[in-house]
Amino acid sequence: MEFGFTIAAYAVAAVLFILSLGGLSGQESAKRAVWYGIVGMAIAVVATLIGPGQGLGVVSIVLIALGAAVGYQLATKVQMTQMPELVAIMHSLVGLAAVFVGFNADIMINNMSDLFVENGGVLGAVGPDGYTAVGLPKEIYDGLSSFGQLIAKKSNVEINILKVELVLGIWIGAVTFTGSVIAYGKLAGKVDTSASKLPGGHLLNAGAAGLSLLFAVMYLGGSGSWTLVLLTLLALFIGYHLIMGIGGADMPVVVSMLNSYSGWAAAAIGFSLGNDLLIVVGALVGSSGAILSYIMCKAMNRSFVSVILGGFGGPAGEQQAVEGEQVAIEADGVATALNEADSVIIIPGYGMAVAQAQGAVSELVKKLRAKGKNVRFAIHPVAGRLPGHMNVLLAEAKVPYDIVMEMDEINEDFPDTDVAIVIGSNDIVNPAAQDDPNSPIAGMPVLECWKAKQVFVSKRGQGTGYSGIENPLFFKENTRMFYGDAKASLDKLLPMID
Amino acid sequence: MKIGTPKEIFEGEARVAMTPESATQLQKLGHECIIETGAGAKAGFSDADYKAAGVEIAKTAAALWKAADVVAKVRVPDEAEMKRLRADQTLISFFSPVADEAKMQAAAKKGATVIAMEMIPRISRAQKMDALSSMANIAGYRAVIEAGNNFGRFFTGQITAAGKVPPAKVLVVGAGVAGLAAIGTSTSLGAITYAFDVRPEVAEQVESMGAEFVYLDFEEEQQDGSASGGYASVSSPEFREAQLAKFRELAPDMDIVITTALIPNREAPELWTEDMVKSMKPGSVIVDLAAEKGGNCKLTVADEKIVTENGVTIIGYTDFPSRMGAQASSLYATNIRHLMTDLTPEKDGVIVHDMEDDVIRGATIAHAKEVTFPPPPPKVAAIAAAPKKEAPKELTAEEKRAEEVAAFKKQTQTQVGLLAIGGALVLAVGLVAPASFMQHFIVFVLSVFIGFQVIWGVAHSLHTPLMAVTNAISSIIILGALIQIGSSSLLITLLAALSVFMASINIFGGFLVTRRMLAMFQKS
Repeated sequence: MEFGFTIAAYAVAAVLFILSLGGLSGQESAKRAVWYGIVGMAIAVVATLIGPGQGLGVVSIVLIALGAAVGYQLATKVQMTQMPELVAIMHSLVGLAAVFVGFNADIMINNMSDLFVENGGVLGAVGPDGYTAVGLPKEIYDGLSSFGQLIAKKSNVEINILKVELVLGIWIGAVTFTGSVIAYGKLAGKVDTSASKLPGGHLLNAGAAGLSLLFAVMYLGGSGSWTLVLLTLLALFIGYHLIMGIGGADMPVVVSMLNSYSGWAAAAIGFSLGNDLLIVVGALVGSSGAILSYIMCKAMNRSFVSVILGGFGGPAGEQQAVEGEQVAIEADGVATALNEADSVIIIPGYGMAVAQAQGAVSELVKKLRAKGKNVRFAIHPVAGRLPGHMNVLLAEAKVPYDIVMEMDEINEDFPDTDVAIVIGSNDIVNPAAQDDPNSPIAGMPVLECWKAKQVFVSKRGQGTGYSGIENPLFFKENTRMFYGDAKASLDKLLPMID
Repeated sequence: MKIGTPKEIFEGEARVAMTPESATQLQKLGHECIIETGAGAKAGFSDADYKAAGVEIAKTAAALWKAADVVAKVRVPDEAEMKRLRADQTLISFFSPVADEAKMQAAAKKGATVIAMEMIPRISRAQKMDALSSMANIAGYRAVIEAGNNFGRFFTGQITAAGKVPPAKVLVVGAGVAGLAAIGTSTSLGAITYAFDVRPEVAEQVESMGAEFVYLDFEEEQQDGSASGGYASVSSPEFREAQLAKFRELAPDMDIVITTALIPNREAPELWTEDMVKSMKPGSVIVDLAAEKGGNCKLTVADEKIVTENGVTIIGYTDFPSRMGAQASSLYATNIRHLMTDLTPEKDGVIVHDMEDDVIRGATIAHAKEVTFPPPPPKVAAIAAAPKKEAPKELTAEEKRAEEVAAFKKQTQTQVGLLAIGGALVLAVGLVAPASFMQHFIVFVLSVFIGFQVIWGVAHSLHTPLMAVTNAISSIIILGALIQIGSSSLLITLLAALSVFMASINIFGGFLVTRRMLAMFQKS
């Protein structure tokens, strides 16, 4: 099969990928769009398999089948509450694959260099015009794999650029790998979710980054592959340490950032392999992750840098003291209020996912809606541990998506709402963000649930939660605290709704 | 501890300090409950109801006072009851430390503890025990009902086949708890309601309940109610004049006037003068909720209903809460129950009389053989002083326009700036990089651009599927591995094989899980 055919297939695949991302603008079109992605991927893989320079086709197919089996297991077994973990661990695979492919490219360059020396030439040498590379004798050239041929044709400058690209690909890939593994550990509860740093903090990261730069320069200067190995180790360390220093509630940003990195790694590898499809897809994924990170940061009113550097910005001054007390309420009180309410807004957060309470919430909503009450959900962009996490959980529990609203759509409706129920969220409903300029979350857009006539907060205990910020909502006169595990509380509440 | 409630002795008092409902809650705190037989009868609670709630029934008042460790009642105890009060007993009731000073002294001498419900401080934490407020709320409601009972017309305006009926006009003077309750009741009955208060900051509350706030043309710096614990204080003579002038202007139009103006520990101020009553239409009704303290209208006779010569009915009842025995009892009993909750911090039936606690300290007027009135000022300010709010400036059309233009200019500047920087960078790369690189680079730049355009359109609710699908397609890196796997070098083959395996996990896992998620999104 001709090379041109592969390129054509890539073009088709690229278009399909763009359509598949664009289709995610609506729930219905998304169901179609995912097929575009699948078909695009199939075309790309098949075209590569039957394309020039591909060896060991059978082995590849077997490996793909094996991977498919594992992937199938993962995708069908995963709980929707575990989606953040799954996404994180999948990022790590892309990162690691990028590192491997990058190393392969380096090995290939070395091999080619040896090959040139055997044939009395120098890799990257240029002809009399000062530009065209002097290649190998035809019979040897034809015996090379396509990637080998690509390198053999390159001039010195091009080889150097290739090296820059593969250094970038390996570095980003390695950061993505360890970062994602740590993110997975934190999301799965296998690693302590609080922000922790080694002594030295960000200086350590900066030092490691500086050293990597040094090794990169040395590698480009021809110091050999050992610099590349060291550079990779440093990048692995940075990935580990960077994510260790970021707390649990910032995970939406971290995961989308890693998503972005995995894309950029793919793009960098695409450059070094001269593969346009890799570049296109890498750029798409990279920008997608970047936008998600941006949206998440905006929703927390924090700069990307401050999230990545970990911890909340120090408060600008004395925070306002919270007056009043938290008034507890039992299930029967909540049930009475719900039975009397006409409009209800539910604000879910990570606590709902932890308690696996989405089913009970859905049950509650069904009962309330059956009585003709207007029940809706208000979703803050950073609710949960993954962008859009709450939407997926609610969808899994069979909550119709048209009653699940974004923050901007529903925030104005709170004053006309009888009951707002906060389930397992804290900072995203904190009035201090608006009232207290000295609060660490001042200026963060929040759901104004306290404007509802009555607010019930389902919460495990009286603590301040992840961010350690006192929440004046819990002390408001129209707020009642419904203490206990979210699922247990709702199960107790359900039979009382009639 | 045993909490007991005797039958109220005061003539005509229908309220009772314990209801079956509150008894159930008290028992949850680890207390036992006892009640005198027939104590709840006038409020509609029979002995059987109490028994069903696990309350012991005492045959006589004497037996009850003997058995109970804590006596909760409504009215201040009379002489006979004071005799029954014994050392180490706690009495909770309305108990004015000024009017009933002798009784307070006597109780202290005996060593009994007295908690006076009207002394509960007005801080937000104590609202749930604030019996004055809950009784005032009932009084406000009942005032409107009594007025309606004596008013010969509809509240709401109607157009019927038999002719047009104008809506009644109601003026509520004093927008405290009682006043606001009256406003709420009156507006929901459909009357046109006006309200006045010396504290202009309550105008917002008044308006939120659908009444119209009566403003004075008065230039003085008006008092801030937060300085006096949320209560009104005495106003200057000039202010009073302006106020009376306004009332005089309103009087002929009003059908119903409800006055609720009280100043703590003082005679009620005279706000509705005789000449105003004379100028009112026959059939109009005045309800004076301040009758007990002399009345806001001098014609008021406490505990009676009178009709003036020009046919205006003036109601001076002082027992409005008692007239709604069931409602008043259930609210009062709940106030008491909340107080007991604070007195029983461990919920183990053991009362801890914490004199460090602002609320308990404030309400206790006799404790440990000493008179503990007046209490020190509470540590928490009653109501946060209202910060002077600067009204947001209304922008004129031109200013708005100018703002828009400025915003547009700024946006253009940033955009052009970013484009210039980006362009310069790309050009700089182009200067050093060979053409073969730039061919790929243009693909890269365009893809980033397309990516940004496309991703902004993705619905927020689909961000998780977006991540899963980008995850799947970023495994396109499998292509690189597939190209390399056929290499002659074993190491390359090995690494490439691993990459193929990992990437394909991702491809299948990513797409499958995306499909699974999307299938869940159902429309209702």
